[in-house]
Amino acid sequence: MLQSLQLNTALARRMIVDFIRIEITRAGFSRGILGLSGGIDSSLVACLAAEALGASNVLGLILPYRTSHPASRADAELLARQLGIATREIEITPLVEPYLAQFARDDVRRRGNVMARARMLVLYDQSEEFGALVIGTSNKTETLLGYTTLFGDNAAAIQPIADLYKCQVRQLARAVGVPERIIAKAPSADLWEGQTDEGELGLAYDDADAILYRLVDERRRIEDVVAEGFDVHIVQRIAELMRRNHFKRVPPPIAKLSARTVGIDFLYNRDWGS
Amino acid sequence: MKFTLALAQFAPRLGDVDANMETLLAYVARAQAARADLLVFPELALTGYYLKDLVPQVALRAAPDEPRWAPLLDASRTLDIVISFVEQDARYRYYIAAAYLAAGRIVHVHRKVYLPTYRLFDDGRFFAPGNTFRAFNTRFGRMGLLICEDAWHLSSPYVLWQDGADILIDVSASPGYGISTSDDPANAATVKNFLQTYATILTTFVVFSNRVGMEDGITFWGGSHVLAPNGRALAQAPQFEEAFLLAEMETDALRRARLDLPILRDEQRELVRHELGRVAKFELDRHS
Repeated sequence: MLQSLQLNTALARRMIVDFIRIEITRAGFSRGILGLSGGIDSSLVACLAAEALGASNVLGLILPYRTSHPASRADAELLARQLGIATREIEITPLVEPYLAQFARDDVRRRGNVMARARMLVLYDQSEEFGALVIGTSNKTETLLGYTTLFGDNAAAIQPIADLYKCQVRQLARAVGVPERIIAKAPSADLWEGQTDEGELGLAYDDADAILYRLVDERRRIEDVVAEGFDVHIVQRIAELMRRNHFKRVPPPIAKLSARTVGIDFLYNRDWGS
Repeated sequence: MKFTLALAQFAPRLGDVDANMETLLAYVARAQAARADLLVFPELALTGYYLKDLVPQVALRAAPDEPRWAPLLDASRTLDIVISFVEQDARYRYYIAAAYLAAGRIVHVHRKVYLPTYRLFDDGRFFAPGNTFRAFNTRFGRMGLLICEDAWHLSSPYVLWQDGADILIDVSASPGYGISTSDDPANAATVKNFLQTYATILTTFVVFSNRVGMEDGITFWGGSHVLAPNGRALAQAPQFEEAFLLAEMETDALRRARLDLPILRDEQRELVRHELGRVAKFELDRHS
């Protein structure tokens, strides 16, 4: 891993824990809710949220589909037990099955998106019952690549780790005590059997992180990154994914008509007045 | 002297210099076929307007050895061209710039002085400001270049006028906003008003080249037009749609307008300079 992607985990932990606590309390809440997949991202966020809000103020939702890997649920439960946070398991199969039986039967991408959005639906509804804000679990690598379902897994009130690359997520996960079993397994959205992120992306996370870091954080040009020895097709593909999926990172454009338009020249911080 | 002016009112692709160059060259061919002598493109025709972090990727040096200039410099052997682009200087500062190209050379470069950074504008975040307004000679007379917000400051056309400009060219990427019952967005009405006022009281030609199209929900209103030195419209493009506009320019109109209204003759530039000097000195003294 690149030296410059090495993280001061103590500092990152402190800043993120403060972020979760301040952003949630400023909005008038004291609790957070998140989906626990058994993967490294949601496990890390659960740890940081428990530290920020107290374990009793965090609810982890386990939201399996009938094809979800049993290890995913086991790992989510393991993590929750370790943190002392409550979990609730709600299977999304009966929610999505009637729809999938009629539509998107053979299209894995559409099916995956439907499941991600069904989880969003459950998370937001349950957040009301628990009196909590939804805490997102997106990381910087998937955010930049656009490897996410719009209004699905990227729907959240706050995003604590979306400025950490996957390799930095791993460092911080180790530092806060996420079980090694969770850290070591291949990252997967677990939307269909045998799916892995790296397989679906056709990219190794370490390469993606190293290339994204150079292009984005260091503002290097594509040709400079290629000259360093990275595969020209991979670098170009990453640059193109970033460009093509930018719509997932910004709110939808508003047709500007009036003198003041929300998001364009009606500008206030989200923390306005708090 | 008579010459034919052409205006290309179009929608550049945001951040796609190659595609825009193709469009520009298609307009060049069209202007050549129409026997135009001068072709004016709108602000940032080569790149699109809301560039944000794309700025360094689309920037050019304003030097003839910059390869991107070749086709336009080549075209300028038969047709003078005003083209706006992002300029990168030797110390990596970026400017919104407009160049006058003629006879295969870059004759003059103006860097946008006033960078709007309010309301829906954020130029000041991404660009460095220019620091000159200079008129320059062309085969059609002395001209001055303004870029969009420059023209909202009344001193800009005044300085160019006093520097000898008889043809003011305002290249714009003006978004239309503030709709009411009028056919014009509120700011478009303001622009039309002050440009007509400039033409009338400065007794100069005013050329307004504005783009059309939309970037992230913000619509550019077009409405490019050419005003004679008495404020009368010589040519008018439609609003909101792509257009290729031709105007027959007869420079004798300057003589007639200035006989009718000898404002230029009577202008007391020294008085203005003196009074501005006094005001500036007063400000300095007051703050010292």
